[in-house]
Amino acid sequence: MKNLWLVSVLKHPWKMLVVLLALIMLASAGAGNLYFRGDYKVFFDKHYQPLADFEEMQRIFNKNDNVSVLVVPDEGTVFNQKTLTLLAELTIEAWQTPYSSRVDSVTNFQHTWAEGDDMIVEDLVLDAEALTAEDIARVREVALNEPNLAGGLVAEDGSAAAVNITVQIPDSADNTPQVAEVISSVNALTDRLAQAYPGYSFYHTGVVPMNYAFATEGQKDMNTLVPAMLGLIVLMLAVLMRSLLAMLATVFVLVVTITVTMGTGGWLGYFLSTGTINVPIVVMTLAVADCVHLIASMQFAMREGKERKEALRFAIDLNLMPIFITSATTAIGFMTLMLSESPVLADFGELSAIGVMIAFAFSVTLLPVLLAILPIKVKAAPEHDGSMERLGRWVVKRHKILLPVSSVIMIALGSLITLNEINDEATKYFAPGTHFRDSVDALEEHISGTQTIDWAIYSGTSQGVNDPQFIATIDGFAKWLRLQPEVDHVTTLSDTFKRLNKNMHGDDETFYRTPMDRELAAQYLLLYEMSLPYGLDLNNQLNVDKSSTRLTSTLKNIGSRETVELEQRARAWFAENAPQYRMTGASPGLMFSHIGETNMDSMIISMIAALILISGLLVFALRSLHLGLISLIPNLGPALVGFGVWGVISGEINLGLSIVASMTLGIIVDDTVHFLAKYKRARDNGKDAEAAVKYAFSSVGRALMITTLVLVIGFSMLAFSAFRLNSDMGLATALIIFIALLVDFFFLPAFLLLLDKKEKAAVESPKPITTNTLTGESV
Amino acid sequence: MKSFLSLMLGLALVTPLTHVANADEAADRGLAIATDRKQRDAGWNNSESAVTMTLRNAQGEESVRKIRSKSLEVADDGDKGLTIFDEPRDVKGTAFLNFSHIGKPDDQWLYLPALKRVKRIASRNKSGPFMGSEFAYEDMSSFELDKYSFRYLGDETVAGHDCYKVEQTPLDKFSGYTRQVVWLDKDELRVHKIDFYDRKKSLLKTLTLTDHQLYKERYWRAHTATMVNHQTGKSTVLQTEDIRFDTGLTDDDFNQTTLQRAR
Repeated sequence: MKNLWLVSVLKHPWKMLVVLLALIMLASAGAGNLYFRGDYKVFFDKHYQPLADFEEMQRIFNKNDNVSVLVVPDEGTVFNQKTLTLLAELTIEAWQTPYSSRVDSVTNFQHTWAEGDDMIVEDLVLDAEALTAEDIARVREVALNEPNLAGGLVAEDGSAAAVNITVQIPDSADNTPQVAEVISSVNALTDRLAQAYPGYSFYHTGVVPMNYAFATEGQKDMNTLVPAMLGLIVLMLAVLMRSLLAMLATVFVLVVTITVTMGTGGWLGYFLSTGTINVPIVVMTLAVADCVHLIASMQFAMREGKERKEALRFAIDLNLMPIFITSATTAIGFMTLMLSESPVLADFGELSAIGVMIAFAFSVTLLPVLLAILPIKVKAAPEHDGSMERLGRWVVKRHKILLPVSSVIMIALGSLITLNEINDEATKYFAPGTHFRDSVDALEEHISGTQTIDWAIYSGTSQGVNDPQFIATIDGFAKWLRLQPEVDHVTTLSDTFKRLNKNMHGDDETFYRTPMDRELAAQYLLLYEMSLPYGLDLNNQLNVDKSSTRLTSTLKNIGSRETVELEQRARAWFAENAPQYRMTGASPGLMFSHIGETNMDSMIISMIAALILISGLLVFALRSLHLGLISLIPNLGPALVGFGVWGVISGEINLGLSIVASMTLGIIVDDTVHFLAKYKRARDNGKDAEAAVKYAFSSVGRALMITTLVLVIGFSMLAFSAFRLNSDMGLATALIIFIALLVDFFFLPAFLLLLDKKEKAAVESPKPITTNTLTGESV
Repeated sequence: MKSFLSLMLGLALVTPLTHVANADEAADRGLAIATDRKQRDAGWNNSESAVTMTLRNAQGEESVRKIRSKSLEVADDGDKGLTIFDEPRDVKGTAFLNFSHIGKPDDQWLYLPALKRVKRIASRNKSGPFMGSEFAYEDMSSFELDKYSFRYLGDETVAGHDCYKVEQTPLDKFSGYTRQVVWLDKDELRVHKIDFYDRKKSLLKTLTLTDHQLYKERYWRAHTATMVNHQTGKSTVLQTEDIRFDTGLTDDDFNQTTLQRAR
C-alpha cells in the first residue's frame, strides 16, 4: 500500500498533481458557503443557562442592547446652554438611529413635580435654546439629585453626560450588518455634531459598539497582521531552508491546505467568527512543520549524497509515521476543544482538527509530488559538520549538568503558573488606542464603568410589583447594590415610586419614600404611565402583568471573577432577605464572565484527557512504553513553563488564552515525536544512547529549529494586534513553542542519556534490554 | 379617556376645512376620503362601552385590563371622555377624565381612590403606552381631521374588502409617529388596518380592526382591535364587550365632581 502510493508519487507525479488539483478545487469551492458572524452571542450555546436567563429577561421586558454616546466638554461642565443644546439635539437626532426604541438623556428625562393638585410631567430640558441662568441652575439641581440620572446619564461632578440609545435588533442568525448599520448611523450623527460644536469629545460605548469592536478588530488583524505574519513566514522559510523552490513548494502546500480546510468547513456548514477566523493561522502552523520536516530530511539525504528522487523516498520513509502521529495527536488536542462550553471554541477545535489532517494529507501527497517535479538542488557534503552536529555533541558532553539545571529551571518556572488568574474582562479585549477602549476608559473616568448586570425580580403574582413588601425589597436590594464596591449606578423602579409619592404629596420631601399601600402604588404607576411620551415608558422595567421588575446596575470595569462573585452575593442577599421572590441576574458581561470560568474548568479536564490519550498513542506508535512515558515530560513541560512565564508577564488568562494550550500541544508533541522517532531509529540500528542523540540532532535538529523560528516569529506578529484575544494568543503561543524547542534540545536528550545509561547498567544483570523486544523497522 | 369608539371610527361634526388647498391630487383625494369618513360618523351623540384589554409579551406572558368608558361628542373640538378602571384590582375605582383638544394639550384629570384626590395631569405627552399596552393614548383618542394631513396612496384589498389606502401625517409635534397608513373599505369607510411608523420612519405597529357592527343603523364600531408591535414582539388585543348609544349623558356628567363619584 505504502509502496504503491510511493511509486505513484515518484513515478507519475504529473498525473497525481492533476488528480490532487481537481480535488483541491472541489473542496475549496465550499469556501463560498462561509459567512461571518461578528456578534458576541456566537460565544454561547443557545442552551447555556446564563444566556437563557438573559434571553428570558429580554423577552419579558424589552431588549436593552444599547449605544451610549458620551459627550465630554473640553472644559467646564455640561450645565450650560451650549452643552444642553448639544445634548438636546443629540437626543432628538438619536431617534433616527436604526432599530432604536428608546433614547434616554438628561434633556428628555421625564421630570415630575407638583403644583397644588397638579402633577406636571415634562422634559427636564424642554427648550434648550431658551434656557435662562435660573433654568440651568434648576436643571443642574434636579439632574444631580435624581438617582436615575446622576452617575448614570450625567457625571456626578457634571463633567460629562451620556445619551443612551436602546435598540431592538431583530433576532437572526447574523446581526453583523445591523450592528454596522447602527454604528455607522450613530457615528455620522456624532461626527456632524462634533463639527457643529467644537470643543467636545464624543465616545461610544454599550453592547452594540462592543459587538462592533469584536467584529471589526478581529477582521482588522486579518487585513494587516495576518498578511504580515504570512510574509514573514515565507521569507524565513526561504532563508532557513536555503532554497527558493523548497519555499515555493511549502507555500503552495500551505495555501492549498488553508483553502481546502476552509472550503471543507464551508461544505460542512461552519461559519466564520472571532473563533474560527484563527483556523487558517493554526492550520498553516502545523502544515509548516509537516513540510519543513519532509524537506529538511530530503535535503539531509541529498547532502549525504543521495540523488533527488532517492532522497525524497528516504524523506517520506523517515517522516511518514512521525508526521501522521503528530497530526493525529494534534487533531486529538484540538478535538478536546469540542468539550468547551463555548460553541465558537468548539467549532475552532473541530475545524482545526480537520485542517490538521488535511495538512497531513497534502504534506505526504502534494508536497512529494511537487518535490519530485521541482529541480531542487543541494550540494553533497557527506562529512557535513553543521551547527546541529556541534550542538548534539555539546549536549551529550554536558548532559550531566544540563539535566539538573534544566529540570530546576522547568520546575521553578512551572511553579509560577499559580500567578495566573482566570480573568475575562471583555472591555479590556481591546487595546488602548482603539476607539472602543478609549470610550470605555473615558466613560470610566467621568461617569461609570461600562459593564452592567440586569436583575429581574419576579414576585410570582399578577400586579405583584405594587405590593409594599415587594417595593421595599427592591428598594432594599438597590440600597445594598449601591453599597457594593463594584457598583457604580443602579436604576430601580423603587426610586420612581418614591418620587411619585413625593409629587402626590405636594413635593413634600418627607414623602420621598416607598408607598405604604398597594392600591396607592398601583394608582401612582397608572397616573405616571399615562403621562409619559413614546419610548420613555416603564415597559423596560415592568413586565406586562406587572408581576416582575428589572433593575439595572452599572458596574466598575471589573474582571469575570469579581462579576460572578457579585452575582453570587446578590443571590445570597435574596436568599436571606427575600427568599419568596425569584431573582435572576443577566447581561452580556455576566455571560462572558461565566463562560470564562466554566470554559477554563472544562479546558483543564480536556487537556489532561488529551495528554493521556496522546501519550497512549505515542507508546503505541513508538512501540515503547518507556519512550511513551518519557515523552510525557517534554509534552507537558513546555505548556507548564510557558504559563509560568505568562504568570510573570501578564497573569491573566482570558478566553483567547484558553485555546493556546490546545493549539501548542500539537507543535510540542510534534517536536518530541520527531526527536524521539529519530532517536529510536538510531537505537534500533544498534547505536548507543550518545550516538542516537547525536543522530537525532543532525537529522531532525535543523527541521525543529526551522519550524520553531518560523512559527515563533510568525506568532509574535500577532502580539501587535489591538485585539487582546489575538495578541495574548500570539504571544503565549510563540513563548510556548520556543520553550518546547529548548526542552527538546536540552532537557530531553539529557534525560534520555540518563535513563538509557541506567538501562545499560541493567544489561549486566540477566534482565533483557527492553528495546531488543521491539520489532525494529522504521518508525 | 376619549372615546375608544372614535378610534374605531371617529366622527363628529365636520369642522370647517382649514386645510390650505393642496394642488396635489393625492392630498385632495386623501382629505376627501377622510372627510367622508368623519361625516359618516357624525352625530352619534354619546355612548358607553366596556372594554377588555389583553396584553402579551414576547415570552408569551399575558395580562388583562378592564375598563368602562363614557364618551360625549363635542362640536368644534375634541370629544370628552370618562374612563373607569375596573381591573387590575389595585387600580379599581380609578377614574380618568379627558377633554380632548385640537392643536393644544388635552385637559386631563385622574381620580386616585387610594389618595381620595383628583389630580390634574399637565403633560403634552400623548404618545406613551396606555396602561402598559401597545396602544398609545393618541391611538385611542377621537379621529379629527385637523390632527393630520392626508394623502391618498391607492386601492388595496384587506381581509376581503376593497379598500382605500390613505396616509395620514400627524400635525402635533408631540405625536409618537411620523405617519400612519390607513386602509378603509370603499363601501362603508370602516377602518380595517392601520400601520404606524415611528420617528425614524420604520414600521412600528400594525392595528387590525375586526368584528365591525352597525349601531343606530349608521355607526360602525369594530369590536376587536389588535395592535402588534413589530419591534418588540408585544401585542395587545382590545375587545369591546358592550356598546350602548344615547344613554342620556350630558356635559354635566364630565367634570371633576362626577369624576370622584364615578364607579
